[in-house]
Amino acid sequence: MMFLSNLLGGISLGSIYAIIALGYTMVYGIAKMLNFAHGDVIMVGAYIAFCALQYWNIPPLLAVPLAMLVCTALGVTIEGLAYRPLRQATSLAVLITAIGMSYLLQNLALLIWGANPKNFPSALITLPALSLFGGELKVPGTTIVTILANIVIMIVLTTFTAKTKLGKAMRCVSEDRGAAELMGINVNRTISATFAIGSALAAIAGVLLCSAYPTLMPTTGSMPGIKAFTAAVFGGIGSIPGAMVGGILLGIIEILGKAYISTELGDAIVFAVLILVLLVRPTGLLGKPVHEKV
Amino acid sequence: MTNALTPMLKVDDIHVYYGAIHAIKGISLEVYPDEIVTLIGANGAGKSTTLNTIAGLLKPRSGSITFEGKTISGTPANRIVPQGLSMCPEGRRVFQQMTVRENLEMGGYTRPQNEIAGSLDEMFQRFPRLKEREKQIAGTLSGGEQQMLAMARALMSHPRLLMLDEPSMGLAPILVEQIFDIIRELHSADVTVLLVEQNAQMALSVADRAYVLETGTISMSGPAQELLHDDAVRKAYLGN
Repeated sequence: MMFLSNLLGGISLGSIYAIIALGYTMVYGIAKMLNFAHGDVIMVGAYIAFCALQYWNIPPLLAVPLAMLVCTALGVTIEGLAYRPLRQATSLAVLITAIGMSYLLQNLALLIWGANPKNFPSALITLPALSLFGGELKVPGTTIVTILANIVIMIVLTTFTAKTKLGKAMRCVSEDRGAAELMGINVNRTISATFAIGSALAAIAGVLLCSAYPTLMPTTGSMPGIKAFTAAVFGGIGSIPGAMVGGILLGIIEILGKAYISTELGDAIVFAVLILVLLVRPTGLLGKPVHEKV
Repeated sequence: MTNALTPMLKVDDIHVYYGAIHAIKGISLEVYPDEIVTLIGANGAGKSTTLNTIAGLLKPRSGSITFEGKTISGTPANRIVPQGLSMCPEGRRVFQQMTVRENLEMGGYTRPQNEIAGSLDEMFQRFPRLKEREKQIAGTLSGGEQQMLAMARALMSHPRLLMLDEPSMGLAPILVEQIFDIIRELHSADVTVLLVEQNAQMALSVADRAYVLETGTISMSGPAQELLHDDAVRKAYLGN
């Protein structure tokens, strides 16, 4: 029973990683850049939801859409102001800008909300815990909501990229930016839309993360951000199902590692697994092998 | 075949740079409605750069490009396509991970949704091979099939002027013949064609007029038949 409970905890944590990893992997696939500020967008989303509930008296059902809206605007603004001017620059310049953006967001949050951790309200997810096996296994409401949210997001996103015009345009830009332009696709607008989607997902992840681990600080997003990036690479960066598989596996490994091997070494185990996978499969679990053009 | 007095496409003294490299040094050319015009020349002469500049993928540092009376130099590629000018790029560049049908649909990206089905049927009629492969992933097609897909995809935007960049590259001789047959057919279907080719023999035999490019400038131009029999051209580009 203990194992099952740990496993569910792992899937739940992994689901949060997966939702964050989707933002990383979509932006990487389409804009060919690593947006290291993505983790901090999560933190902003959590703060907005926190303020909505705590100070602005906004009903819980509206707090999440509000956080998504703010994060979407933030993501699109970051892309337009910081990354778009660098479209022709070297990837190193973009990477450094992204890291700078990450620190900027953290420090802005520090200015606005202060360094003291906030206790994230539990009012958001009111679903009662589910009792299974005659009360032997208790599944917290947040776990159920997180896993369900992940499944819904996965289905919506897969359908979106497969069926819609914008989704197909994203796949084109991801494969060949020049050819996409020749089809009449506005590449800048497509990249903006990708940031919008990734950032809205980050807001959801922020709320889910802080509902499960209710300590909210300006650095709250950075560690989950890095782990989600790891998950994206683990699953094969650029691949949407890869982000999902990578995220969930990472969550399971982390929780089981902490439970059965060592609590202190939990994170180290996560990264060790990443290194092992990359040694055997450099493109990640579901990544496509890179074709070098001759 | 120069049956109209105003050129459909007019390129006027364009200069294009790659960083510090002066790739195109003042090229001027004209394409009249219903013509097939070809640019021939050695590797690195600037043929593809010229086409990419007209298509809007590159910006000329000076000079102007006019299409049907409208200046298009400086307009991004995605806004040139809906004006009736499309390009089938060098190396085909079909979307490898998408199906044949999806590739064609993307070609019609700028057109109203209700016109796509009709154009798809048209393409499947012209390229029956693509109909057979409709649901196949483009990356699994043969080189010739991918070239056909790339051409059909460029036609999906309903261009009045189609630019083809090295359509015969890397194809077996029998397929090269097929591709050139298609170019002739297109021409009879009222599409004006600007063709870039390394296969000068084939290009000159299909074209009305030709320009010869040499290191970023035009060294010669004239009716294709004349160039085909010109000694200097034969020596430099036809190998005899």
